[in-house]
Amino acid sequence: MKDYQFTDHSYDVVVVGAGGAGLRATFGLAQAGLSTACLTKVFPTRSHTVAAQGGISAALGNMGEDDWRWHMYDTVKGSDWLGDQDAIEFMCKEAPAAVIELEHFGVPFSRTEDGRIYQRPFGGMTTRYGKGVAQRTCAAADRTGHAMLHTLYQQSLKHSATFFIEYFALDLIMEDGECRGVLALDMAEGTLHRFRAQRVILATGGYGRAWFSCTSAHTCTGDGGGMVLRAGLPLQDMEFVQFHPTGIYGAGCLITEGSRGEGGYLTNAAGERFMERYAPNAKDLASRDVVSRSMTIEIREGRGVGPHQDHIHLHLEHLGPEVIKERLPGIAETARIFAGVDVNKEPIPVLPTVHYNMGGIPCTVDGEVVRSNRGGGEEVVPGLMAVGEAACVSVHGANRLGSNSLLDLVVFGRAAAKRCTGVLRPNAPHRPLRADSTDAAIARLDRLRNANGQRSTASIRLALQKTMQRDAAVFRTGETLEEGKRHLAEVFDSFAEVKVSDRSLIWNSDLVETLELDNLLGQAVATMHSAANRTESRGAHAREDFPARDDEHWLKHTLCWVDAKGGTRIDYRAVHLNTLTDEVEPIPPKARTY
Amino acid sequence: MTAIDLRELGRLRWRCRRGMREIDELLRGYLDGEFESAPADQQAAFRRLLEAPDEAILAYCLGGVRPAAADLAALVDRMLATAAARVAAAAGEPGSRQNPAGSG
Repeated sequence: MKDYQFTDHSYDVVVVGAGGAGLRATFGLAQAGLSTACLTKVFPTRSHTVAAQGGISAALGNMGEDDWRWHMYDTVKGSDWLGDQDAIEFMCKEAPAAVIELEHFGVPFSRTEDGRIYQRPFGGMTTRYGKGVAQRTCAAADRTGHAMLHTLYQQSLKHSATFFIEYFALDLIMEDGECRGVLALDMAEGTLHRFRAQRVILATGGYGRAWFSCTSAHTCTGDGGGMVLRAGLPLQDMEFVQFHPTGIYGAGCLITEGSRGEGGYLTNAAGERFMERYAPNAKDLASRDVVSRSMTIEIREGRGVGPHQDHIHLHLEHLGPEVIKERLPGIAETARIFAGVDVNKEPIPVLPTVHYNMGGIPCTVDGEVVRSNRGGGEEVVPGLMAVGEAACVSVHGANRLGSNSLLDLVVFGRAAAKRCTGVLRPNAPHRPLRADSTDAAIARLDRLRNANGQRSTASIRLALQKTMQRDAAVFRTGETLEEGKRHLAEVFDSFAEVKVSDRSLIWNSDLVETLELDNLLGQAVATMHSAANRTESRGAHAREDFPARDDEHWLKHTLCWVDAKGGTRIDYRAVHLNTLTDEVEPIPPKARTY
Repeated sequence: MTAIDLRELGRLRWRCRRGMREIDELLRGYLDGEFESAPADQQAAFRRLLEAPDEAILAYCLGGVRPAAADLAALVDRMLATAAARVAAAAGEPGSRQNPAGSG
């Protein structure tokens, strides 16, 4: 490994990822006087947070009565009771202050006529514990994520955080179970950088690109999850994958749930508003997993639309051009380009499409990564934290409600920064790194850079995506999941045969996409194995052979380790059914109907 | 047509990485399908477009905003036409579409 030279850096905290969670953490840290570096593989304003259309939930009560306890109830129910109630209480209680803070930072929220923040209904959001429809979701037209990301980036620039842009994080630097920093590649210069830090915060997002059809941008390869698995740490609840009901048929591009919040509805081939049968109260605004499954059943039973009866119609044409233009401005153009339809005249062809990973890096409410220990308990992994979609706190449990993810980003990004501020001493000296602490990471890089097998990265990635699409789908059975495990093992093994055509380290997109594929593969294996292991249906995990939720055996989080050969080990964590304070009663599990 | 070296293509490919799938598809679709055989002035326009922020590209492609520069406007038209043709071509092929139910 003599060929590789490093540039060394030391910071109090290194944040990996510059989406909403990473930026919120970064500027909180910098604001508190901690020396902070933020590493990101793309320009911060090109992070996938930019794509969040719908909004951010908070019980502000601007449009009618509301209470954070009702928001908490909805989130616990939405999670199908897999969410940790202490964490959910924390998030929902913090939400109004978080939104007001964003408003003060300059997020241009849509307004009511009397100047308050406009709030719209969203799937699963109710008043009085399921009795009424809540208007709880704050939005900046249909570009809320975009507005938030730009505002948070501006805040980060105001403080003295240092950005390392177009740096690809390769691996965590681990010593005796402690995270000491992170190794990264400067893609433009082709140089390697060792960052030492008292804390590394992973804010690397989800891994939607493991599926063939997803709403995710190409950048969503969940690099932090891959790094965590290689560090010998587990990922949590990876079997829970959200399918968004309204991805554009064929293209995958997302039509926001806000469109149904504004009055859009779904129909089958008979023109029937079928959601009335599946969710008599919430109808088209039922939770995403419920709507996705209902659509899939309609198609399966021969009531799909189109010449192949293989999709569903989303109607907006009754809303009128003014409402669409004002409340849902990007939708008309997206539908025109990617579906070839005029939303003012005809319905949009849609289909459930992979959208969000509820699973991720297990961590506490403070963002500290945890692992199980030998005594059967759990312990914090020193030096390592995670926030946002990369993390599994878990506030979303088995199914995330729309507009709770932007909330998750700011609440837990802020909480992680606060935790660091509380426990770290600014500019504390760093121990030297051990001479061998990056050997394994460099060996992996060197192996992939010189990989000279028979398979292109793109062909292996496609095989991965097709396998996940077929076998880690809306509905699952033991048989299809076992088949998925076998196929995935073949894909995993084929990675040894990958060929990287360019040996350089400068703008070697082939190499970087191969490193990303490595990250996707580990997480895909964790997903399929965790799904095969969980013999019940809960939230987004729908087993046809085990159609009922089984609280007696499965009211627990899955932890899944994946070794270098693709082998897995599974263990569990208890779900926190307790609340954080006595301001609210725990919500005992009950049947989840909408 | 200008020969593009590997390094430059790698840089352009990475700069096509955006926050939104819609823009990814439009930019990558053009880079992979048309860029290398495009006339030099269109290649130059594409490089300029890549320097624009996501919101500008989004406004040009999906927001009904016409770029002031004629060459950028022509490039955007070309990218949208390419994408629309792909949508139309895929319409008749159920196998290439999404599989809602998986194998279950």
